[in-house]
Parts: sequence; C-alpha cells; structure tokens
Amino acid sequence: MAEEKEPMFSPKNIKLLTNPINVDNPITKQVLGICSALAVTVKLEPAIVMSLSVLVVLSFGNVIISFMRNGIPSRIRIIVQLVVIAALVILVDQVLKAYAYNVSKQLSVFVGLIITNCIIMGRFEAFAMTNKPWPAFLDGLGNAFGYAWILVAVAFFRELFGTGSLMGLQIIPDSFYEIGYVNNGLVLLPPMALFAVATIIWVQRSRNKDLVED
Amino acid sequence: MNKNSNSYIFIYASVMVVLVAVILTSANLALKPLQDKNKENEKMINLLSSIGIDADANNASELYSKHLKKEVIINENGEELSTYANGELTGSKRAFGVNLKTALYNAGKGEVAMPLFVMDNNGETYYVIPLFGKGLWGPIYGNISIESDKNTVAAVNFGHDSETPGLGAEIILPAFTDEFKNKQIFKDGEFTSVSVVKGGVDMQTKVAKENGVDAISGSTLTCDGVTDMLHDCMINYVKYLKQEDK
Repeated sequence: MAEEKEPMFSPKNIKLLTNPINVDNPITKQVLGICSALAVTVKLEPAIVMSLSVLVVLSFGNVIISFMRNGIPSRIRIIVQLVVIAALVILVDQVLKAYAYNVSKQLSVFVGLIITNCIIMGRFEAFAMTNKPWPAFLDGLGNAFGYAWILVAVAFFRELFGTGSLMGLQIIPDSFYEIGYVNNGLVLLPPMALFAVATIIWVQRSRNKDLVED
Repeated sequence: MNKNSNSYIFIYASVMVVLVAVILTSANLALKPLQDKNKENEKMINLLSSIGIDADANNASELYSKHLKKEVIINENGEELSTYANGELTGSKRAFGVNLKTALYNAGKGEVAMPLFVMDNNGETYYVIPLFGKGLWGPIYGNISIESDKNTVAAVNFGHDSETPGLGAEIILPAFTDEFKNKQIFKDGEFTSVSVVKGGVDMQTKVAKENGVDAISGSTLTCDGVTDMLHDCMINYVKYLKQEDK
C-alpha cells in the first residue's frame, strides 16, 4: 500500500515471522493443531506434505481474511472464516487432482483435515481479523513454519523408532535387527505423538523461563 | 452502515455463498477433463502393473492397448455380455467404463455384469479381475491377475483411500502384495479365494497354505477387508473361469 510508512521487513514484521517458530509456536505455546500433529506424524512424508498444504492455506487465507476484515459482520465472522478455509482447501484439492495426481492421492484424507486444523481458524480470528494483509501474510507464514518444524521433528522420531526407516527408506541396518533390535510399535500409536510434543514443550520451557505459566 | 443489522448479515452471507459457489464450480468444470484423464491413466497403470508392466502417465494408454487382448463384461453364467477387442466393441459397453462399486451392488441383487480384462505379456495370457471392497476407514481396491491355468495368482495390487499409515496402509507395499504370487484361488476344483490369515500361514490349519497369505500385524480389520474383497469380487467370475477349462 502506498500510504504504508512502515518498511516491508520492519523489526516488528520480522518478529511476526520468527516468533511463532520458537517462543510463540502454534503447537507448543498456543496449543493449536495438536489433533493433526497426532494424526499425520506416523511417517515423515505425509508430515511434510501436510505442512506445505497448511502453509499455502494459512498464508493465503490470512491475506484473504485480512482484505475482508472491514466488511465481515462480527456476528457471523466464524462462519465467514470457515467458508474461506473450506473454499481454499477444496481449490487446493481440485488443483492437485488435476496437476499433481500422485501427490493428491497421498494426501487424500489430509486435505480434508486441513479444514479442521485449529491453527488456521485460530490465526484468522486472533490476527488476520485485526491486521493488514502484509503482516497477516507474514503471520501465516511464521505460524505455518512453526507448525511444520514440530510436525517434522515428531514424524522423524516416530518413523525412525517405529519402522526403522525415514521417508520410506530403511535407516536402521539389518545387522541391528539380527542382534535383537526391535522396532517400537508403540511409537506408531497416537499417544506417543503426545509424549513427543510434550518433550519438545518441556525442553523449550526449561530453556526459556518466560514461557512457564504460574 | 450498520454491519450488525440483520439485512446486512443476510446480504453479506448470500453474496459470499454465491461467489464461493461460482468459484468452486468453475474450478471444478475447468479441471474436470484433466482429473478424469488422470483417473483413467491410473486405472490403466494399475491394470498393467498387475501383469508386471511398469507404466507411467505418459505411456499408459499406449501400453494398455498394446497388452490388452480383450475387455469383457460377464453375466452370472459366465457368458460374455459385451466384448471390446482391437478397438471394436461388441455389445453395449466397454468393461473399462464399468463402475465396479455399482456393478458389485447389482451383482448382490442378482444382476451380474462384471468387468474382466484379458491381457497378455510376452505371450502369456492373464485374466485381470478388478477388486473393490471395504477397508477399516474407507474403500480399498485393486486388481488381481490370474495366470492362464485360471487358478494361479500372477500378481495383485491394492490401493486405499484412508487406511492407517504404517499399519493398514501397508497393504499396498510389495512386502504384502508379493505374498500373493503363486497362491491358488481354487482348491480341488472348489472356489476358495485367497485369504489373509493371522499368525502366519504355516502355523494354522484353517486355510490351506496355497490359499492363504500372512496378515500384517496391527491391521486386522484392513486385512479382513482384503480377504472379503478378494472373495466377494472373484466369486462372480468362478463360472467364467471354470467354463473355459472344459
């Protein structure tokens, strides 16, 4: 915008991008999007694809909501947000089906799951409704990255210890299995994702006391 | 303007809904031909892979017409209702266009019209039977190819929409599908299908070794779905497969 005095990458805007990656992480601090962090982290590949899809939907959705923010009647704002998310997700799904069929086949259920991802609604409501499009875009990117690294970290841990492979390629050598190493089937079950997320939260809070609530 | 007045809210909501509907409909109409082409290609790739030929989206239709002997639709007595071979169609419909889900539903009501693909690779004839059934969370599907003795399984491939990653979703992996090779669908001339059994085929007495494969631990319901799918789909072809033996 022409009348914008603030530079595009002012310290405040940079913070929008970096805060959600660490101190204001959507999963570990805002505790949003836990459900999908359990569901798609059994393997690394779906976790990465899910992160990318959330990145697209969250950053564009934030921009769209931010453009619409002055016209949305506050009584039906949640419905409006939901319609925007659903429309974006269906568009992404349709485009993938037409141009990247293999990816869309892998994603199948996850595309639908994006609609229910609370991070997206959370950021629309908490940020995009009250901010200009550019900061909203940065906020979307930042939160999506914050979500992505937790997802990838948890998926890395779960795929490695659960199936002994990463991205479907075997990592733990056969000789280990011959000695008596066994894959941990428990890691594949959803509760273990909670333990993994909790461990990340623990590490994060013991390093940064400001995050500890009293 | 009062943004919280009822009329504003109604107008806002109606305009928004109509706008979104128009955007989504036009996206769907514009992308439909590409999406259908992808689905057709995938079907051909799956049929080809069940006779051991690797194809991709670029050469699928070419390889498919090269390796296809005929597509037939059979009825409950194993007679061919329609045949498609060398680009010529006898009868009403190509087997390729049959919706298997509907066909199975109709077969359950007694109106059998099941698609079958007769293909060849290096002079060997294969009978490819398309499969469709229920997994744990959603549909599972695939193809099973039977060798020219009409008994031995040459290969299978499976697909699924939403089985559990790491557990039920493993049915598509070669570790599971390779087990089906050289299994038999008849035992002493009776149709037995191929069953997925728990606890190792060698360790049990329920199913003969040549009619069973090992299940995947942790995915009992998906594996039971595979067993049911194989049985319920193939049973419609028993008369056809036996008939030509005579």
